[in-house]
Amino acid sequence: MGLQVLRQAAAGLRVLVVLSLLTGALYPVAVWGIAQLAFEHGADGSRVGDRGRTVGSSLIGQDFSGPRWFHSRPSAAGPRGYDPLASGASDLGPENGTLLRQVRQRRAAAAAEDGVAPGRVPPDALTASGSGLDPHVSPGYARRQSARVARARGLPERRVAALVGDHVRGRLLGFLGAPRVNVLELNLALERLGRRGPGP
Amino acid sequence: MGEAGAGLLAIGLLVLALAVVHLPLGAYMARVYGGGRHLAVERLVYRVTRVDPDADQRWTGYALSLLGFSAVSVLFLYGFLRLQGDLPLSLGSSGMPADGAFNTAVSFVTNTNWQWYAGESTLGHLVQMAGLAVQNFLSAAVGLAVAVALVRGFARSDTDRLGNFWVDLVRGTVRILLPLAFLAAIVLVAAGAVQNFMSPEQVRTLAGGTQSLVGGPVASQEAIKELGTNGGGFFNANSAHPFENPNPFTNLFEVFLLLLIPSALPRTFGRLIGSTRQGWALLAAMAVLWAGSLVAVTAAEAAHQGTVPQAVGASLEGKEQQFGVWNSALFATATTMTSTGAVDSSHDSYTALGGGVLLLNMLLGEVAPGGTGSGLYGMLVAAVLTVFLAGLMVGRTPEYLGKKIRQRETTFVALYVLAMPFAVLVGTGLAVAFPGPRATVLNPRPHGLSEVLYAYASTGNNNGSAFAGLGTDTVFYNTTLGLAMLVGRFLPIVFVLALAGALARQRPVPVGEGTLPTHGPLFVGMLVGVVLVVAALAFFPGLALGPVAEGLA
Repeated sequence: MGLQVLRQAAAGLRVLVVLSLLTGALYPVAVWGIAQLAFEHGADGSRVGDRGRTVGSSLIGQDFSGPRWFHSRPSAAGPRGYDPLASGASDLGPENGTLLRQVRQRRAAAAAEDGVAPGRVPPDALTASGSGLDPHVSPGYARRQSARVARARGLPERRVAALVGDHVRGRLLGFLGAPRVNVLELNLALERLGRRGPGP
Repeated sequence: MGEAGAGLLAIGLLVLALAVVHLPLGAYMARVYGGGRHLAVERLVYRVTRVDPDADQRWTGYALSLLGFSAVSVLFLYGFLRLQGDLPLSLGSSGMPADGAFNTAVSFVTNTNWQWYAGESTLGHLVQMAGLAVQNFLSAAVGLAVAVALVRGFARSDTDRLGNFWVDLVRGTVRILLPLAFLAAIVLVAAGAVQNFMSPEQVRTLAGGTQSLVGGPVASQEAIKELGTNGGGFFNANSAHPFENPNPFTNLFEVFLLLLIPSALPRTFGRLIGSTRQGWALLAAMAVLWAGSLVAVTAAEAAHQGTVPQAVGASLEGKEQQFGVWNSALFATATTMTSTGAVDSSHDSYTALGGGVLLLNMLLGEVAPGGTGSGLYGMLVAAVLTVFLAGLMVGRTPEYLGKKIRQRETTFVALYVLAMPFAVLVGTGLAVAFPGPRATVLNPRPHGLSEVLYAYASTGNNNGSAFAGLGTDTVFYNTTLGLAMLVGRFLPIVFVLALAGALARQRPVPVGEGTLPTHGPLFVGMLVGVVLVVAALAFFPGLALGPVAEGLA
């Protein structure tokens, strides 16, 4: 019996090594090769640049604070949020008092900053995402921020509102996912708009 | 289009896609395991590893090979994790501590993929790719092998032979998992998932802060993580992370992948025993349970009962904006109804009822459609239990697929049914009995108990998802959760193989006047009832004190 077990274990080790080469080396490297040849932009992390330097990834949200920027959702990734080395959620439950206090503070702060009624602050502005890196906000939250951003940047409000409109992405094929606005892409477009001047 | 209409269409597309591939994939897997010639690459593997592919094993030999292979896999992965600091591509990460390495090695070998660590800050690319992802393939192939061995127990007669473990392992890996994973990985990377070998790179953000952009061979691992119902995320946020799951298309595609093999296996079963209507009956029972759970989770999340969801106006804490409530609920149901445990949203922040149903999904034993292989053998054990109970009611010897269910078979079924609740309830009991493990519970009162029960339900059922608020990076949790995974995986496997051995020896009895038909709606209804009642008997007190108490508060 003991010898039998040992013999099975030895066979197991040999099979493990061979299958490891197949599934743990050949397979990922083959996928990597095809990815780098055909889909390099996505495979390398969908980087976005501004004036020749990488400023981030369009898939990874960033922290934007202050009146001049469209804000992202609250984030639980790292103590200051949006840290890709500490992705994750708050994991606070539906009856959790800490989370309830956070939600109330966020509602009051967003209402005051954007000059909207507290009841009209949308849910995504009050909650942290599962990844802590959510690059999107709802179209409603982006629209409610546009007057404040336009004022802070000295841009006509309708230009900023039009920019938000250009960045709204509906459901994929009309039914997959939820409508959204990519905050980094929107803020990048905002910067470029500012550089060109407010226009007519 | 409204949220509900869009959500229903997404579910419809998913079901349609699964239906389209059901027959061809089920038939293909039946051919893979049905005998036939070895491929050239397989013959090479057998020659190099000096395994005799034509030896037919008894159930004991099959079990011994499986356990030997799994033991070596745990040791190998343990060593890999301990030594990763001295290996290339470690990205500066050092080796895992002993208790953490034990937990993680067991976790990936048992197809659980419970993770006490955060991938992006704990592991380098090499150990993820050549250590963890390898077990994503092989643990899934082991599950398939056990399911096929049980099916052979029904299909064969007058023999004590169940097939060859090494052949089943190699064929499942080479002919099923590897080609499907390769295709799926290409689809994922084409849709925006990352696949590179970069180290974290610090960039200046648009607003002038700093951010580290991470990378890794993510798409290749993501594909097999879903396909093999493993669930271990490359990153801590798992499939909520945009690099693993970049958009609503990949989100639905990943749900499709994790349901793909388990939902096609009843067809494989039907083909191998020569009666496809028996396969349809199992699939129908799986579909009823799955649909019921999906309705419950989605309704609970959409209604967003509870203090915080009501204050917010939606159950959106822990969910991505682009997936929304409906597609997140779909992912959550599918991942807890299979043994996957990948998450695209934080289950801990679901409503009390929604999170409670996710917990119940795992406690049902993950049979609808369940893990890769483990779902089919779990459902077959439930079917045997069902004919046994039906036989008790009418007072005659029960039989299933022409095989008599006598004392010997019933004993193995009973042991199988008891193994998982044993792991879950003893583990939970120990954790709440001591102040040390209680101290790392994040949320207060009933939700805290749910976190602990969820952890042992997840590990005992080899799921791996978490109510992640529980701080499990302690020696106590790493050890006891690791033991729960071992008990929850290998005890049932041994009992299933013993059952298969007992069944294969029988000569089938002809269908008679009093034979209970096992392909009609009556049997499907009874099977669903048995699955629900067994879970309710074992877990009602725990569920009542956790999610039910929280929901009623």
